[in-house]
Amino acid sequence: MSVLVFVESKDGKFSKAAFEAVSYGNKIGTTTVITFGDASDDVLAGLGNYGASKVLVNKSVDGKNEQQLTRLIHAAAEATGAETVVMIQDQLGKAIAPRVAARMNAGHISGAVALPDTSNGFVVKTYVYSGKAFANVKVNTPKRVISLVSNALAPVATGGSASVEVFNADLGDAKIKVKEMKSQGAGVPLPEAELVVSAGRGLKGPENWGIVEDLAKALGATTACSRPVADIGWRPHHEHVGQTGVAIRPNLYIAAGISGAIQHLAGVNSSKTIVVINTDSEAPFFKAANYGVVGDAFDVLPRLTEAINKFKAAQ
Amino acid sequence: MKLLVCISKAPDTTSKIAFTDGNTKFDENGVQYIVNPYDEWYALVRALELVEANGGSVTTITVGTAADEPTIRKALAIGANDAVRIDAPATDPYFVAKQIAEYAKDKGFDVILTGKETIDFNGAQVSGMIAEILDLPFVSLAQKMEVAGNTATIERDVPGGSEIIEVATPFVLSAAKGMAEQRIPNMRGIMAARTKPLTVVPAVSVENATTVVSYELPPAKSECKYFTADQMDELVAALHNEAKAI
Ligand SMILES: Cc1cc2nc3c(=O)[nH]c(=O)nc-3n(C[C@H](O)[C@H](O)[C@H](O)COP(=O)(O)OP(=O)(O)OC[C@H]3O[C@@H](n4cnc5c(N)ncnc54)[C@H](O)[C@@H]3O)c2cc1C
Repeated sequence: MSVLVFVESKDGKFSKAAFEAVSYGNKIGTTTVITFGDASDDVLAGLGNYGASKVLVNKSVDGKNEQQLTRLIHAAAEATGAETVVMIQDQLGKAIAPRVAARMNAGHISGAVALPDTSNGFVVKTYVYSGKAFANVKVNTPKRVISLVSNALAPVATGGSASVEVFNADLGDAKIKVKEMKSQGAGVPLPEAELVVSAGRGLKGPENWGIVEDLAKALGATTACSRPVADIGWRPHHEHVGQTGVAIRPNLYIAAGISGAIQHLAGVNSSKTIVVINTDSEAPFFKAANYGVVGDAFDVLPRLTEAINKFKAAQ
Repeated sequence: MKLLVCISKAPDTTSKIAFTDGNTKFDENGVQYIVNPYDEWYALVRALELVEANGGSVTTITVGTAADEPTIRKALAIGANDAVRIDAPATDPYFVAKQIAEYAKDKGFDVILTGKETIDFNGAQVSGMIAEILDLPFVSLAQKMEVAGNTATIERDVPGGSEIIEVATPFVLSAAKGMAEQRIPNMRGIMAARTKPLTVVPAVSVENATTVVSYELPPAKSECKYFTADQMDELVAALHNEAKAI
């Protein structure tokens, strides 16, 4: 089976999520990658280490125009005869995967968390109900587009190398114009973060976030928060996780001063390990936790930071 | 300004998620349906604000059965001018997108708005598919939108920052948090909604591109292990040795 994987490089590099997508493709069939931008040929060929046999790169398309990217991916799928297109369920993937599916008359699996089961048709497990359940979705069309959530399947290094070719196609006009970009600073964006430290109303005020940031820094984690904290402006909106915020699935989620309301859990309960710190031993979050500390975040967080620093120093 | 807002129902956020019929059907027992929050709070309310400022009309469209009419009336109570229901159960995103595109293709809507995703299927598929079928630009996860003449200026967060983009109408937009504030319908709105036009349109014939064959609940979490504030070294050791999280 021929598979096309679409990934995007940033600052000349590919993220772990991209390696996951390439590995995922390689487990389904012979994998070609389509990408764009200015990553070096070495970096592009490096995708072979995750199973790509060929990397097609378009050097002219502007990554902001999903209509053009859609045409690029469609043209690459036609050129390689791919029946299955794999993308990452991130912001760009969410914008273009449905378009590519509609253009290819392909069924679209959004939010895949496992490899396809082909024992009876083509069935892929996806998360639904904001992570409270999974659905096994069957694709009825001969072609399909799969959007993979990050941190679901680990990338597998194969030691291979890929050939690199420039790929051009008729992309139509660019209809979206970016007028201004604002950077939020460095750091791993929340949806891709493997370690997340999050805090809620229990922290009492924005001036107290230093102890949250200290722990995040010690761990190399990304910070997050509950919805009310973003709503009252203690923290920026992009940190809000939950049903109406960002849905995340890190390896480790540490929540301090968050009660664990069902809407909060909806966005975080796919985390592999959850640590809850709360003064109230009855807080609902403890039911979803792997590890719990009944205690005051103002006391526990600095101690945990110290223990992490000690652990890191001993490594 | 002529705006079309796609409205979907969704189970209330506190609903217990369970399945019946050998895990093939969502258990609707005791489930309260609401307007999908992203559709209501953000897409619909921003559409209403734009029309209040610039004139025009807001039509809502729903692919669903008669059972969906209470959620459609709620959208009318919040202020939409009229509503369309495409008479078919919403079983597959491509099916839904095709129905909406078919209805919208010759009506001259300036913007077709959706929420960023539904809170039940979380697919975020329908809006992009509508855009592709109609060959329109698609702005996903918009957090602010202003429209002047036929140019829209949209702000949204992107990985690592935010951006301001410009796009000409017509286009498709999916709305995320920040677009608007939730509006609670008042009594007058609720009364008026009863008599606002709700047109039922037959569905066009489209094959479902996907079918849900079964559902599963996540495996139960193991019991929570407790540590005291004095046992942080032990907690870190457990995170390292047992959970392999660090
Ligand atoms: C439709 C809908 C969608 C929603 N979507 C989301 C969403 O996406 N994300 C989200 O987070 N919420 C969401 N909510 C809100 C959600 O219901 C809760 O209100 C919210 O998550 C509570 O935030 P919190 O835990 O920070 O605050 P609280 O519920 O006020 O909890 C604070 C917690 O801190 C503890 N605490 C207090 N002091 C300390 C201390 N010194 N040390 C340690 N612990 C302490 C308290 O015991 C308590 O458990 C949504 C609600 C609705 C209705």
